[in-house]
Amino acid sequence: MATYSTSEFKNGLKIMLDNDPYSIVENEFVKPGKGQAFNRVKVKNLKTGRVIDRTFKSGETVEAADVMDTEMQFLYNDGEYWHFMHPTTFEQIAADQNAVGDTVKWLKEQDTCLVTLWNGQPISVSPPNFVELKVVETDPGVRGDTSGGGGKPATLETGAVVRVPLFIEIGEVLKVDTRTGEYVSRVKE
Amino acid sequence: MQDNDWQPDAEIRVLRLRAGMNAGIRAFFAERGVLEVETPVLSHAATTDPNLDSFCSHYQGPGAPTDTPLYLHTSPEFPMKRLLAAGMGPIYQICKVFRNGEAGRFHNPEFTLLEWYRPGYTHRELMVEMQDLLQALGLLKGEEGIPMLSYAALFRTYANLDPHRDTVQTLHERARELAISVPDSMQNRLDEASRDAYLDLILTHHIEPALHATEFLFVYDYPASQAALARIRNDEIPVAERFELYCRGIELANGFHELTDAREQARRFARDLSLREARGQSIPPMDHRLIAALQAGIPPCAGVAVGLDRLCMILANVNHINATLTFSFNSA
Repeated sequence: MATYSTSEFKNGLKIMLDNDPYSIVENEFVKPGKGQAFNRVKVKNLKTGRVIDRTFKSGETVEAADVMDTEMQFLYNDGEYWHFMHPTTFEQIAADQNAVGDTVKWLKEQDTCLVTLWNGQPISVSPPNFVELKVVETDPGVRGDTSGGGGKPATLETGAVVRVPLFIEIGEVLKVDTRTGEYVSRVKE
Repeated sequence: MQDNDWQPDAEIRVLRLRAGMNAGIRAFFAERGVLEVETPVLSHAATTDPNLDSFCSHYQGPGAPTDTPLYLHTSPEFPMKRLLAAGMGPIYQICKVFRNGEAGRFHNPEFTLLEWYRPGYTHRELMVEMQDLLQALGLLKGEEGIPMLSYAALFRTYANLDPHRDTVQTLHERARELAISVPDSMQNRLDEASRDAYLDLILTHHIEPALHATEFLFVYDYPASQAALARIRNDEIPVAERFELYCRGIELANGFHELTDAREQARRFARDLSLREARGQSIPPMDHRLIAALQAGIPPCAGVAVGLDRLCMILANVNHINATLTFSFNSA
């Protein structure tokens, strides 16, 4: 098994801790002038998303985690698994509810997502930064009403609910930023 | 390599402040009759400190055997003490020093130290002079002196521990209570040899962050095991006559009431080397010329080393050492 020494620590490094795959999100070198050096790190559990603090003595080694992020196309959902395909090798993998998590509300067939694989198994799925989804449910707006703030809720074809301007109608396709969950603009068909 | 890779790390504003700081330091010492000296960066000997890793290069002659290993100094201490033995009187130096394996928000493997020695001073008098220097550089607000806490009082106040008397088991339990993640290699090592590692862990993870609100603080009377080249005072609990200056929880300076006993110094160097050997570290040659100078006799004195890059960080109000360097080591 490959190992890393503390001198190789940097953000994004994938390591094994307590039998789970983690990614380093913050790495601080700490050393009193005439004392022992430590690496104080914040690490994110790639299965649960939880971030914890860990300290290593300078020179300690950790096991590398076999983690890869791959772009894959969302094919379909069979009720239990979400199926993705690699765009060039055509290899398919099935991600469970746990791995897809919150991303499920943005998934539209054919969209390209970032799938995190650990030992070849999908453990998390990130949607593209922007998605284009059709409005399936929203209160009727007054045609031409471009004034007024606030907006109204609209349900999109994937089930996501987004705040939209009052003039948006059912059937319109919207561009949404998945990182903030906010309406960006209308998309001309 | 990107097009901007050649650019400096520090802004012009900071480099100007840095130049002003250097000028202020030189004026301070000129006024007090402390002589500026330059000692070699390269030496046949190196520090034996198990927590320091020296850079090594090889000389190709003439004038010395081929492939003579020469070490870059981690501090100018050894040759400066040889100057004291030669009767130089009070001396100071501003120089680059080199420590392999140290890089981070407050560390660059190549950094700048201001180091000065005062024959006839104790570490307490040197703390006063340190304060005067900060005053001269405009870093002290108000009239009050910088507060001082002993290492024991520091641990008692901030961690409810007696660093000298509590067992390593107790230190371990307190670390856990303070939600400090104890490194794996320290988990089952609760012997005396691990005491300093636990003290350093609690100091860096709990006490130093708690000092963020304290502008300046002197800590003095360190554990005897952390004496380095300081005298040990044989109180009920022996302590090292060593002090440090903290600024908002960051170490700025390290000072000693210097050890002048040649035999004790040689003994400490030898002990350091066995510890290095036990840990599988390199064994650099110890400085016999320093020992010889101590044998010839140096006057009782106190010395202190100040990290000038970090001092500049405070003056310039930046929070990464790279912002004070023309070029940090990765862009040099």
